[in-house]
Amino acid sequence: MSFDLLANALAAGLLLGGFYAAVTVGISISFGILDIVNIAHPAFIILGSYIAYLLNSQFGLDPIIAGIVALPAFYALGAAVYQVYYLSFETRGREALAGLAFFFGVLFVTEVLLILAFGVDYRYVEASYIDQSIKIGVVGLPQRLLVPCVMSLLMFVALQLFLVRTFTGRAIMAVAQDQLALRLMAASPTRIKRIAFAISIATASLAGAFLIIIQPVEPSVGREYIGRVFAICVLGGLGSLPGTLLGAMLLGIAESLTATFYGPSWAPAVAFGILLLTLAFRPAGLLGR
Amino acid sequence: MRSRVFFVIALAIAVVIFAAARAIDNDYIFFAGYTVLQFVVLATAWNILGGYTGYVNFGSSAFFALGAYSSVFFHKFYPLPIPILIAIAAVISGIVGLGMGYLTLRLRGAFFAIATLALAIVLQTMIVNWDYVGGSRGAYIVRPPSVEFLGNYVHYLFLVMLLLTVIALTVARAIEHSALGYGFAAIRDDELAAEAAGVPTLRLKLAATTISGAFMGMAGAPLPYYIGFLQPSSAFGLEYSVNSIAMPMIGGTSTWVGPLIGAILLGSLQQIATVTISSAVNLLLVGLLLVAFVIIAPNGIVGLAIRLVRGKP
Repeated sequence: MSFDLLANALAAGLLLGGFYAAVTVGISISFGILDIVNIAHPAFIILGSYIAYLLNSQFGLDPIIAGIVALPAFYALGAAVYQVYYLSFETRGREALAGLAFFFGVLFVTEVLLILAFGVDYRYVEASYIDQSIKIGVVGLPQRLLVPCVMSLLMFVALQLFLVRTFTGRAIMAVAQDQLALRLMAASPTRIKRIAFAISIATASLAGAFLIIIQPVEPSVGREYIGRVFAICVLGGLGSLPGTLLGAMLLGIAESLTATFYGPSWAPAVAFGILLLTLAFRPAGLLGR
Repeated sequence: MRSRVFFVIALAIAVVIFAAARAIDNDYIFFAGYTVLQFVVLATAWNILGGYTGYVNFGSSAFFALGAYSSVFFHKFYPLPIPILIAIAAVISGIVGLGMGYLTLRLRGAFFAIATLALAIVLQTMIVNWDYVGGSRGAYIVRPPSVEFLGNYVHYLFLVMLLLTVIALTVARAIEHSALGYGFAAIRDDELAAEAAGVPTLRLKLAATTISGAFMGMAGAPLPYYIGFLQPSSAFGLEYSVNSIAMPMIGGTSTWVGPLIGAILLGSLQQIATVTISSAVNLLLVGLLLVAFVIIAPNGIVGLAIRLVRGKP
């Protein structure tokens, strides 16, 4: 095991981890805070990738700008999905089984619609920084990883500040703990949950743009991320954003080391292994509430 | 009705179906019929865990593929007859189901669902990296051109799947009317209350994951012989997972009749749609039907029928 290889694998893992944090933060809000098991989240991320691809190939827009442009649309989509979910499941108190099946159906329908619209070919975006790389000593930092990582961390910090500093953000944190108390503070739990869920879907727009910068995308790529996002979410501790960041970094490093020393075809199994170990030994996660 | 009587009646119906299919003597009937029956077994197996205890398994394709690949493995080892391969697949998938349940079922239900989804991806990764069973290139299974008594091999496969369907339905129905089934129902309705009332919830849930996983493996065991060439991406296809959830959900999850109705309806519909329209559109159809039924008719076709008979609820 050479030092160069190890250092590069660690650096790539950290960059990957930053990106994973952006992918997971939506699940962290919907599953961790709101208790909505939105397994369709990765499908929304792929949708975000394709929108970035469309805007990039048609208008030459930078993928990250495209992700920001699409934010309001994703916010509206999230609000609409929550409304359907609320009316069909939460008011009837059967969100467990039927809600899961609902999101699984949404995941599948989104994937098939993307296949029908774009086919199963890999799509990629073009931007000036994608082929560049910065070299620090022996460690190379490819910009196609560095840019998404930095942007992810920015998004992450913004969301954390929003949750901790603003009234709406604190209300979102409170909705998981005591809905009655929230009502006494004159905030409607349903409205707060709708906002929170809409935000969680909105993050998919940016995460999708990051994803297609890092790797070419086809509709079923999202499935690989289902295991990853929930592994990170559970590892970090449900409902804790700093925990999610920590979990994302750990998984990124673990996957990068596995890919470097055992071969990339084994990397998808790492997330599952971590998920199962966490569930078996520390179900509350590293920084769980 | 006693289970034994039910089994005999189901067997008689199966014999009639087989005789009718032989009389029509169109190979397509056997090909399409096999697929539909395979979905009946998968849907019934899913429902034993999902419908009776309320724990959602998203990884049906993992157990199904496990059955298929255990056949590939033992076929390479020594070509055993299919019923024995099915029994082996049942044991392997059952053990994986048990282990899966043991690791995740002590936690909230959602974790089990997520873990099953991840299991499918990990098993696929392992199969892709395992050259003995073909790796990512896939494995060829040369099936014998004919078989004793029946002649055509596809007829034989159809018959095997028909018998498997009878067994699966009998077991599912027997569970419903046994102490096991009442325990499952108690878990589904209120796990905490069941635990407090002395129902051994963990043990019952493990029984459910084991039985359910075993039947899924059994449904998959003859697959390599049916398609002749098994690839990880086809054996682990998401459509198996979606179908085995959609069929019980559309038929109705509380009884054994629901998955049967759902699988026959949706399975036939897909066979027709694949031939007449395209396979992508038919998958879209399944997804949309699943979402629509979950929202509009949560108790499925059986629930709708009961409501129709009794008038308004």
